[in-house]
Amino acid sequence: MKSAYPFLLAFGLFAFPPAGRSADVSAALDNVRSVGAEGQGNAAAAKAWRTLADLPVSQLPALLLAMDGANDYAANWLRSAAEVVAQRAGSGAATLPLPALREFLLDVRHHPRARRFAFELIRSADPVAAKELLPRFLNDPGAELRRDAVQALVDGVAAADKSAAVPRLQEALAAARDADQIEAIAKRLGELDTPVDLREVFGWVTRWKVVGPFDNMGGAGFERAFPPEQSVDPKAEYPGKTGSVTWREYETVNELGLVDLNKPIGALKGVAGYAVAEFNVDHAQPVEIRLGTENGWKVWVNGRFLFGRDEYHRANEIDQYRMPVTLQPGHNVILLKLCQNEQTEDWAKGWEFQLRVTDPLGAPIRPLR
Amino acid sequence: MHPSLAALCLALILPVAADDWPRFRGANGDGFSSVPVATHLDASAIQWSVDLPGRGLSSPIIVGDRLFVTCSSGGRQDRLHVRCHSVADGHLLWERQFWATGRTMTHEKICGAVPTPVSDGRRIFALFSSNDCVALDFDGNLLWYRGLGRDYPNASNSLGMSSSLVYAGDTLVALVENDSESFTAGFYPADGLNRWKIERPRKANWTSPTLVPGAGGRTLVAVQSAKGLAALDPSSGATVWSYDEGASTVPSTTVSGGRLYVPSNGLTVLEPGAAGEPPKQVWRAPQLRPGTASPVVVGDQVLVLNDGGILTAGSTVDGHRLWQLRLKGSMTSTPVAAGGHLFCINEEGLVQVVRLGPTAGEVVSEMPLGQTILGTPSIARGSLFVRSDHRLWRIGRPAGSPL
Repeated sequence: MKSAYPFLLAFGLFAFPPAGRSADVSAALDNVRSVGAEGQGNAAAAKAWRTLADLPVSQLPALLLAMDGANDYAANWLRSAAEVVAQRAGSGAATLPLPALREFLLDVRHHPRARRFAFELIRSADPVAAKELLPRFLNDPGAELRRDAVQALVDGVAAADKSAAVPRLQEALAAARDADQIEAIAKRLGELDTPVDLREVFGWVTRWKVVGPFDNMGGAGFERAFPPEQSVDPKAEYPGKTGSVTWREYETVNELGLVDLNKPIGALKGVAGYAVAEFNVDHAQPVEIRLGTENGWKVWVNGRFLFGRDEYHRANEIDQYRMPVTLQPGHNVILLKLCQNEQTEDWAKGWEFQLRVTDPLGAPIRPLR
Repeated sequence: MHPSLAALCLALILPVAADDWPRFRGANGDGFSSVPVATHLDASAIQWSVDLPGRGLSSPIIVGDRLFVTCSSGGRQDRLHVRCHSVADGHLLWERQFWATGRTMTHEKICGAVPTPVSDGRRIFALFSSNDCVALDFDGNLLWYRGLGRDYPNASNSLGMSSSLVYAGDTLVALVENDSESFTAGFYPADGLNRWKIERPRKANWTSPTLVPGAGGRTLVAVQSAKGLAALDPSSGATVWSYDEGASTVPSTTVSGGRLYVPSNGLTVLEPGAAGEPPKQVWRAPQLRPGTASPVVVGDQVLVLNDGGILTAGSTVDGHRLWQLRLKGSMTSTPVAAGGHLFCINEEGLVQVVRLGPTAGEVVSEMPLGQTILGTPSIARGSLFVRSDHRLWRIGRPAGSPL
């Protein structure tokens, strides 16, 4: 890995290392940022961490800066080192480098979690200043800061004054990205006689072609590649579990986007089905496929397998699984395989999913029609 | 194996003091303390209490003058906390926070901080429902970090993971068993690298491993699953023996007096052979069926608690039912025992102290803590340590006071 030190100098935040220490610190940062999967680099990182945790409090922004581009393992090593530095200094406004932390926080190019940590440090030293900053993050690219700002806006709404409450809640709803916040705000708006179309807010993929059933007795169908996994031909006829099966159109009107395969294919057990949707966009873009289901599943986009999981009837929730992928300009094909097992309990009847395409923060991407 | 020898083997596993509580259900993993705890509890017995910054069902662990407890917080429960408090007065000595790298979805009743940490007397190892695992020394210095949910991305459970860590033979053992990428692994405690990793039954599993005596004074790690129980060599993960008649995936096996009280077909008691051969069944009692709480053995009684609060005492000799007692409320927390009493906490946070008689149990005091409590309490220094989603309590009487 390339040294992080020139990178830090470029930002001008690390231009004052103690004499004779910069090389050590640079090496320590490199070692910590080199940790990887399965504990790779842990031993070297543990030694390096001590060096970083001993840094003076003036170097806190540099530690936060080192999180830019770091993997999630490394971010945790850096966070805890910064935490030690901050705790050793105390939380007083006189000890923490608040102007530099503020500058870091307000620069949205930095690691969103590092920025949230900077916010927490500022809040520990100066709660009033932190509270004043919060509204700035209503449309922040960082999930935690944005959530905080949305919640602050919602909490500040007095329900008694409907005319003032509704626009503020609508503003919060437009900014919210977490499903629990969206649902809570929609509920409050509903109580103020301002119903919310959750289908529109979440942006579900509602129009599908579905085919099935295929055999999934004993769960064997999860790994078995049935013909739709070879190619999706809307006019094809396949040998199914109980005879020939063909694709059929299915559109859900459920406000939470649930596509219930028990309806178009049948309330069956030990089966697998497929759902395919076209998703057209005008330019290439990184997105997330967000899926919720209590069934076994696999997802492909444009023929590329993204992920799958053979867990049945534990639980489901909105955005349960998030899969990053880059859509190509024009025509994209999302293929979902949904498996049902043979459990007979009432709570095991569900054979359904909800899927949406969002930006990495959770804003729905609308397909071209 | 003679019970006293078995107890000696287990006591030698961790370099901790006799009155420490270094893992889930104490040094021996049986929820039993040889040091009595105050039994007539009321508000005056609260020695201290402190707020916690996040949710949790994990038990506090106590080593020396330090208490360690984990929490999770945030809208997605993806902020993971490891906290170190003073045992004496509860004040916070240090806290480290981490960002979960694995899935944090759980049943709404639980959260990210369900597994109880373990200590080897020098270090603390904390696992979370997201399968993030962190090692720290007692001063909060980070020793290593593993994101098992990131390393093995289908190792998760949409209802949450709860299995607590154990430490055996210089190996840290984590049971990461679920419907998909299911495994149990041993880690080198110095750097967290895999020492071994074995595939396990692909079925959700919320039980915790426990330590059992093996041949030649060795310690084995017993891992429970729907298939039964397997005793693993902690240095290699090799199966030394197995019991294949099925077992629960929620309450865990309790080891006491060299015997294994397995939640299997009610309750099945096994006695390991001296030379590593499969254990023999001592008795089986379908009527002793634990709910979420694991069984507890006190003297010649084995206590099982169902989710509705029915406490049943059985004979450790043959499993016959001795008495039953209806406690108040729904039960998730596993009781702990000390001084011939059982300390049960219902989901509404009501502590119920039960005197264990030969023919009946009697509630001798109750103490409402006023918060939802699902986690198992801990005992150390003659005190009960209890945590909720928001608070941590030390409950007891000063040394020398009447119990």
